Amino acid sequence: MTEDEIRRAYIEELVRVAPDLDPAEIAGSDHLQDDLELDSMDVLNLVIALSKRFGVAIAEADYPQIATPDLAAAFLAKRV
Amino acid sequence: MTWAIIQKSAAERAAATLTDEVREAFTWETARAMLDGFPDGALNIAHEAVDRHVASGHGADEAILWLGKDGERESLSYGDLATRTARFANVLKSHGLQAGDRVFGLAGRVPDLYVAALGTLKAGMIFSPLFSAFGPEPLRTRLEIGEADALITTASIYRRKIAAWRDEIPSLKLVLIIGDEAPEDCVALGPAMAAASERFETVRTRPEDPALFHFTSGTTGRPKGAVHVHDAVVMHAAAGRYALELTPGTRYWCSADPGWVTGTSFGIISPLVNRVRMVIDEADFDLERWYGLLEREKIEVWYTAPTAIRMMMRAGKEAAASHDFSQLRFMASVGEPLNPEAVVWGNEVFGRPFHDNWWQTETGGIMIANTRAMDVHPGSMGRPLPGIEAGIVARVDDGLRECPPGEIGELALRPGWPSMMRAYLHEEARYKKCFVDGWYLSGDLAMRDREGYFWFVGRADDLIKSSGHLIGPFEVESALIEHPAVAEAAVIGLPDETAGEVVKAYVALNPGFEPSEDLERDIRGLARKKLGAAVAPREVVFRKTLPKTRSGKIMRRLLKARELGLPEGDISTLESDET
Repeated sequence: MTEDEIRRAYIEELVRVAPDLDPAEIAGSDHLQDDLELDSMDVLNLVIALSKRFGVAIAEADYPQIATPDLAAAFLAKRV
Repeated sequence: MTWAIIQKSAAERAAATLTDEVREAFTWETARAMLDGFPDGALNIAHEAVDRHVASGHGADEAILWLGKDGERESLSYGDLATRTARFANVLKSHGLQAGDRVFGLAGRVPDLYVAALGTLKAGMIFSPLFSAFGPEPLRTRLEIGEADALITTASIYRRKIAAWRDEIPSLKLVLIIGDEAPEDCVALGPAMAAASERFETVRTRPEDPALFHFTSGTTGRPKGAVHVHDAVVMHAAAGRYALELTPGTRYWCSADPGWVTGTSFGIISPLVNRVRMVIDEADFDLERWYGLLEREKIEVWYTAPTAIRMMMRAGKEAAASHDFSQLRFMASVGEPLNPEAVVWGNEVFGRPFHDNWWQTETGGIMIANTRAMDVHPGSMGRPLPGIEAGIVARVDDGLRECPPGEIGELALRPGWPSMMRAYLHEEARYKKCFVDGWYLSGDLAMRDREGYFWFVGRADDLIKSSGHLIGPFEVESALIEHPAVAEAAVIGLPDETAGEVVKAYVALNPGFEPSEDLERDIRGLARKKLGAAVAPREVVFRKTLPKTRSGKIMRRLLKARELGLPEGDISTLESDET
């Protein structure tokens, strides 16, 4: 998968967890908690969804690596 | 399985603030002696938390170490807090506010919020904290019930959540915006503080004058505004000292947000009254950040919550192994019952157990606790603090009867402790219902064992406890039925291994709407916009009809029993079942 494809998949999973968000308005640098107002349970649910979709384990210590679409695309691209 | 009791050594018992001797000798006079008061019997929380320490020569001692999201650090001494709270009190006065007026706080964990809380109290006004992750609807309801005179918030929160309806809150005269610039009709706090005098004579409030409004959810109807008075500081002083080991100079971290009662009572007032050095972390939970903070800042006493502890557990013991936690001497947890696994896990990872304690918005301070000198029975909330009489009661025809050890009943307290709520705003009848036969009824079901330890069993009502936040189903259902597709809604809490409970909604649709994944998301999206992520349902399912009583009340209890495969209990009042 390319980084772009990963980013699209990430945003798909993100708006499933937080359907108040408009995918068209999410910037690559938007932070899940600081900008998009996810809470810690949302983040946990997103991690579970991403792990399932990409078939990779995401450790708690790596949560900061998926905190924005840009970071997540780069992080997941190395692992998928 | 049963869990081994975690026994304390003789040295640990002797080192505790609440030894058996202290417990034995305690009277409320003991607690009052922890405070200074004013010569004429006046009592003001802000004076006890800040100014008296300056007067007694501790003005240069560190009060707050603030850690910003992006690595900033700011240290405030008790002297700094005294002048900044004086400036804030002067800002309020300069805008025509008077003693007794209501000031609401709505911001993340930034120093100005703490200054605002204490400066408000200094000015003899009432402070009411709001949770910054709330959506616009819960915020508006609380500002209305509390008849807010002033609000302190950030430009971003104001724009997103307040501006659209600010003019519809007639009582709201002043909106202060943290920072140097403010939207139209608001006042920028930075320049206002700079222009204000740093001298302010603390208002001589009486012990029974209102100091704090704390909002809590109800099963039905609107949220309740619990009123607390300045005398509550007696409990804050004693509970901090005895249940949290807060002694002068202690490096303390309370991870609770000041938008809730824990973050105010034990994240602002109690620690400062006990003259600790407290750490405030602006950021939300992050595993590495938290372990790093505990180690680097040499936290000695840590007060946190089950959801955070369980998130640490998910990461495994290895994630903690590289850190040195030898400075930690006491750890406590509150918000919802701490499962025994988490108590034992804490003991293995940090070398000491988490000490669970129990209290509520209405009690204003910790009531029942595992203290440092007590053996810990994992899964138990501990025993009542000195001065607190707790019981387990059952309702009988002519009032209450006390339950013997081992029997489940409602957890109740003998009224009269200093931080007991004095009213629910505008809801005298609802307030009176809490008191029966000389007991305050908590709404929590619990059991007391033969050794006097209390064990939480569940809620007696339909309230949901998610990540430590009490959520009223009615408030969530009201938001759901604002969606054009939703005819009626029922909301319950389902057990969740991390959050304790998560919110799940059942909805029946209006004619012309069909269940679909898109509609589910649309409804959930609207609920999140209105309520905020912490309150909105994580899952919405569709039903043709919901189970109702003859009087038309939706039977949430039945939905929950079915969801969990539990006995359905008494369904004699069921009129129409779910389909």
